[in-house]
Amino acid sequence: MSMPIQQETSGGRFWGGLSLRRKQVVWAWTFLAVPILFYALIRFYPTVEAFYLSTTNWNLFSKPGFVGLANFQRLWADVVFWQVFRNTVLYLAIGTPVSLILAFTIAYHLDRVRFLHGFIRALYFLPFLTTAAAMAWVWRWFYQPVPIGMINDLLSSFGLPQQPFLRSTSQALPSVLAPAIWAGLGFQVVIFLAGLRAIPNTYYEAARIDGVSNLTILRRITIPLLKPTIIFLVVFSSIGFLRIFDQVYNMTSGDPGGPLNATKPLVLMIYQTAFSSFEMGYAAAQTVVLFLVLLAVSFLQLRLLRDR
Amino acid sequence: MTALSLALPSRFQPGRIAIWLLLLAGGLVMITPLLFMFSTSLKDASEVYDLRLVPAHPTLDNYVTVLSDGRFLRWFGNSLGIATAVTLSNVFFDSLVGYTLAKFRFRGRYIVFLAILSTLMIPTEMLVIPWYVMARNFGWLDTYWGIMFPGMMTAFGTFLMKQFFETVPDDFLEAARVDGLNEFSIFWRIAMPLVTPALSALAIFTFLSNWTAFIWPLIVTTSKELYTLPVGLSSFAVESQIQWELIMTGAALATLPTLTVFLVLQRYIVRGVVMAGLKG
Repeated sequence: MSMPIQQETSGGRFWGGLSLRRKQVVWAWTFLAVPILFYALIRFYPTVEAFYLSTTNWNLFSKPGFVGLANFQRLWADVVFWQVFRNTVLYLAIGTPVSLILAFTIAYHLDRVRFLHGFIRALYFLPFLTTAAAMAWVWRWFYQPVPIGMINDLLSSFGLPQQPFLRSTSQALPSVLAPAIWAGLGFQVVIFLAGLRAIPNTYYEAARIDGVSNLTILRRITIPLLKPTIIFLVVFSSIGFLRIFDQVYNMTSGDPGGPLNATKPLVLMIYQTAFSSFEMGYAAAQTVVLFLVLLAVSFLQLRLLRDR
Repeated sequence: MTALSLALPSRFQPGRIAIWLLLLAGGLVMITPLLFMFSTSLKDASEVYDLRLVPAHPTLDNYVTVLSDGRFLRWFGNSLGIATAVTLSNVFFDSLVGYTLAKFRFRGRYIVFLAILSTLMIPTEMLVIPWYVMARNFGWLDTYWGIMFPGMMTAFGTFLMKQFFETVPDDFLEAARVDGLNEFSIFWRIAMPLVTPALSALAIFTFLSNWTAFIWPLIVTTSKELYTLPVGLSSFAVESQIQWELIMTGAALATLPTLTVFLVLQRYIVRGVVMAGLKG
């Protein structure tokens, strides 16, 4: 890149007449021009359009007609929607606590390990780097009946009863959730480890001099000082579980959403309504619900965790 | 490492050893799915039901079968090209915006920042229908650009870079200004090299999320030549039904690149992910 030395008078009369401050302003808006266009066209306009479409009966082939809140009324009366809503909440309500408690326990102990620390951390972290769509098939294979599925093979070798996993209405949802927890765990462990490292040693030294027990140190020092990390991970992973899709789509591809919709999350319902049935207006209304759920959950979590 | 563990050398504490063994065992359980995926990809069809980890007669036949018709290579190339292009765009534009918001004083700066930040609240799934409509109207369906355009800039990356540019001392930039560098050169030649750790964090995160992206490429592509690797693998797995050794081979091909890169650059990747996670 060439670098002409700019003098106050070199860039034409207009440019030369500007003060340094004014020039800065011109530069700033020049840098922002393309990004502002991008955010306006690819983020803000589509957001407004999603809200607009949620009030229409558009099906991709006709002209959109305004129907007011009819899509939301239809959702309210839709039995499948309530099943889907329940599933989505379950993914969150099981996924977030289970994965955070596991990750914290692992990180808390791993933090004190020196021997092969990096190696063990890598074992936990590796699944985070995998492709969800690919690993869903590996897990699906694990869940198969004997003689194919590894888990049932193990069960039968111990004389335990076979489990239907993805074929059962009660086991399918946890079976789909397991690979999602598995894949996200390494990220949470690594973030917790960083949080634990950031706690100054002096706190622990002072506690040790006072003869405080390990459990008290954990409850009174470690967890309170980790609060920002915990808040971040709770909100971040909750959003992830509420938006679960890749695993469900791939693990139940023969029967999307599992037996009797037992695993179907909101995003899969949106996908099917929009891109299998082409009911764009109805699907847009579902995305508005997803947005409101995400907003409400994040807001509630931030309020509750900050105040405690 | 906490001060507590310094009290006694760890090898004299049986509790410590038990915890260490448990941690190791848990870690091995974590990689079990990966080990069996690779192991099965090296077995032939008759051996698939034999659940020993080490194949009795390892063979690369599955890889030859999966790669022979060229589809996987195509999908692999698509994913690589798309993830690279989107990453480069993010590294450039997110930095440029982050830098401008961190280092320039002008009216409207705060509003622009808030506006960009507010887009973080909108889930991608809410935008896919309008994006699909947009792609349909502009003829972007089933094109590489169609797959890439929604992710060319992200609020997350912008926010991350802004945080880091704020730590760059103004004196450096002022000195360059006195030397007569124009503002773009100051950004590109002075400020950017000072935040390389943040740039690599952003690049790692963006690449990984685009390499594994599923729902949008699934929606926007219809012809198999344009599939990305995850979407291609998904369609391939549905086709191959119960040929698990072939499905595992496909899954292994999708997973190998990121795992290999990780094993080589482990330290940087963990640090980058932590940085992106905590600062972003």
